[in-house]
Amino acid sequence: MFSFIIRRSFSSIPTILILILISFALMRLAPGSPFSTDRGLPPEVLANLEAKYGLNLPWFEQLYTYLKGILFNFDFGPSFKYKDRSVNDILAQGFPVTLTYGIWSFIVAVAVGIPLGIAAAVKHNTKLDYAAVGFSIGAQVLPNFVMAPILVIIFTLWLNWLPGGGWNGGQWQYLIMPIIALSTSYMASIARITRSSMLEVLHSNFIRTARAKGLPYRSIILRHALKPAMMPVVSYLGPAFVYMITGSVIIDIYFSTGGMGQFFVDAALNRDYSLLMGVTIVFGVMTILFNTLVDITYAWLDPKIRL
Amino acid sequence: MIDNNNNFKKIMMASAVSAALALTSTTAFSAKHPVTGDELAADQSYTYRLLDGIPTIDPQLVEGVESSVVVRDLFEGLLNQDDLGNNIPGVAKSYDLSDDKKTYTFHLRKSNWSNGDPVTANDFVYAWRRAVDPATASPYSWYMEMMAIKNGAAIIKEGMDPKELGVKAVDDYTFEVTLDAPLPYFPGMVTHTTTFPSHQATVEKFGKDWTRPENIVGNGAYVLTEWTLKEKNVRERNTKYWNNDKTILDKVTALVINDENQALIRFKAGDIDKTEIPAGQYPSMKKSNPTEAFSFPRLCNYYYTFNLSDSGPEAFKDVRVRKALSYALDRNVIVKNVLKGGQFPAYTFTPAATAGFTVPEVPYAAWTQKERDAKAKELLAQAGYGKDKPLKFDMLYNTDEAHKKVATVISQMWKQKLGVNAVLANQEWKTFLETRKKQNFELARGAWCGDYNEASTFLDLMTTQAGYNHGKWVNTEVDTLMSDAKTSETPNKNYTRVEQLMADEMPVIPVYHYTGIYMIKDTLKGWPIKNVQQTIYSRTFYKAAK
Repeated sequence: MFSFIIRRSFSSIPTILILILISFALMRLAPGSPFSTDRGLPPEVLANLEAKYGLNLPWFEQLYTYLKGILFNFDFGPSFKYKDRSVNDILAQGFPVTLTYGIWSFIVAVAVGIPLGIAAAVKHNTKLDYAAVGFSIGAQVLPNFVMAPILVIIFTLWLNWLPGGGWNGGQWQYLIMPIIALSTSYMASIARITRSSMLEVLHSNFIRTARAKGLPYRSIILRHALKPAMMPVVSYLGPAFVYMITGSVIIDIYFSTGGMGQFFVDAALNRDYSLLMGVTIVFGVMTILFNTLVDITYAWLDPKIRL
Repeated sequence: MIDNNNNFKKIMMASAVSAALALTSTTAFSAKHPVTGDELAADQSYTYRLLDGIPTIDPQLVEGVESSVVVRDLFEGLLNQDDLGNNIPGVAKSYDLSDDKKTYTFHLRKSNWSNGDPVTANDFVYAWRRAVDPATASPYSWYMEMMAIKNGAAIIKEGMDPKELGVKAVDDYTFEVTLDAPLPYFPGMVTHTTTFPSHQATVEKFGKDWTRPENIVGNGAYVLTEWTLKEKNVRERNTKYWNNDKTILDKVTALVINDENQALIRFKAGDIDKTEIPAGQYPSMKKSNPTEAFSFPRLCNYYYTFNLSDSGPEAFKDVRVRKALSYALDRNVIVKNVLKGGQFPAYTFTPAATAGFTVPEVPYAAWTQKERDAKAKELLAQAGYGKDKPLKFDMLYNTDEAHKKVATVISQMWKQKLGVNAVLANQEWKTFLETRKKQNFELARGAWCGDYNEASTFLDLMTTQAGYNHGKWVNTEVDTLMSDAKTSETPNKNYTRVEQLMADEMPVIPVYHYTGIYMIKDTLKGWPIKNVQQTIYSRTFYKAAK
């Protein structure tokens, strides 16, 4: 197990390096520059700006300085667009926001989705099952960019219960709608996957044996069926968790949370090279990290994988 | 803003008002506006919607309209604008101009920074040197260059020492500027945020962090109390501001709400006092909230430009084709049925709202659309295009819902009336800019908002040398007319002639002139709807009691 973890962790280093190289290259290939504007800058002003941000240097030198900054000082450089801030400042502001609503959404999605799926499987072909399946399908076809404005219309405009947006340091009133909007479709998927996987397990031979032996139904579900039934769910949860904590542009746009999702998209549109690189690297590292964690969990759930 | 708080205030207000009514006395909120006599609300705070985060509030680095609004609240320059756009005293009480018209002497009032330090002429010397210093790399240093300050261009271009800039603190309260050449509109230029003072000790102590709420020192009517990128920006009354007694509004909050429909919902929910109305929704908003929906002229135009350079299509080199396309475009349909926000159909490049500008008579503006259509068909046939040889070209705009609607309608008009096949193409903003700059297009969208309120801010774009002349139209008469206009006593004659030349040659197709289309709460008073440049100072607003 230990050597598996080591092997798996080391193999992610080249992945991160390749990620940095590709995003660096793609960004420089995109037409336009951080300083191109509608009005256009006079060449001498542009030259001053490029000199200030080191864009006048050859690309390999830029890449070298950049990598050196990250590796030795954990410094992602200054933002090209937000001139009063460094990329570190922006990450420090946006990431906790995204992390907060992401983790909560994940908890809600799992806490509701898994029990719902299990209940639907156990009560197969009953009203509860139909209701759960109906909810899952409904929640999945309702994308969050439709749900977000609807939530605001109901809870802010009509009922006046919750603030229509903002973050305010993460007060609970500001968290509710983003969490509902972000978690619902994940919750639905989790419930659906749990249900079908549980159904499959419940129909397998070892469960029949357990029931024949007269074990209480409750312990059959919790002790014998749950672990194998969780395999497909876990493989879904890994990427889902990364998606949630790396932020959602939709959530950021509709609820003005100031999270990373919108910074990510806008950095690309603004050609804010350093910010885009910084966010890509952080997101990339997180994706790789959680995929590794999923693989390790997998290995724990299913010993065959450790080989 | 904490919504609970807001609700709480609303409840308090409501109960206070009903109590007051019950007692038939209004002692609770009897403060009145000194000029208008409106009864003032107890809560003097104003909240508005921002499309996007404020990139920077450093006066020397700031760009963009919305950021400038914030800077004008936190800092004050030599002169300000009134609600019609005229220059009025700011930090400078008055100024003198030398006989050779090249030296301006500004006499500063005694005023203070928000930390108590006096605002002196040295603060302006520091800020102006900073604005031209290549080390600062201000994206607006070109503006300082346009101000024609002695040695300004040499510092920006050739790396001369910024200390050589033609500015001087004669004493603490006398600031002297020497120009290379007389510039009649120079005083108006110092109302621009790039020329605002900055506090040297603070800038040097904190570096790029000097603009954070905990560090910033300003000399405006407000101080920055909160600033979270892409969330909000809060400004509160600066009690050390020299004219603080006249300020009524206590607090200004900008909330970033990226989606404009979402912003409209928040407006209806009472979260914000001002927001933009999404394209096409002005009539319905005007109907439901007649006292809160506003549309007023802005200093901006919207047009399509032909690529007349070598890389452009052969067809566009024929003036008959250009005219046919322009004539066949029914501008009234665009403004009345597509945009519906009170925009003005454009037959000239310069908006009618421009100060001192009379819209010249160009023939096709006076025709009926039927006449224009007939003429268009005739011209296109003369140019040799018809059923056997249909005209086809690409029509490029930057990705945006409203631009897409306009482009679709225009291409349909051409298709139906002239049998012309305009293929729509859209590109993401920065890619679009690059494509247009490199003349990599056939017909492309263009738009321009005036830098200052005078026709040359628009018509200069049509000169051969202008960077924004993306269609590369060359007309030497226009070049001469525009350069003569700079020193002419009657520049309007030149502008009229340029517009007539443009109608004759049709290098661009003017489509419409912009309006500002806002929802403004009826309790928020003082919005300068007559200032076409929308130079906003929050301290001139106030909240009236309901």
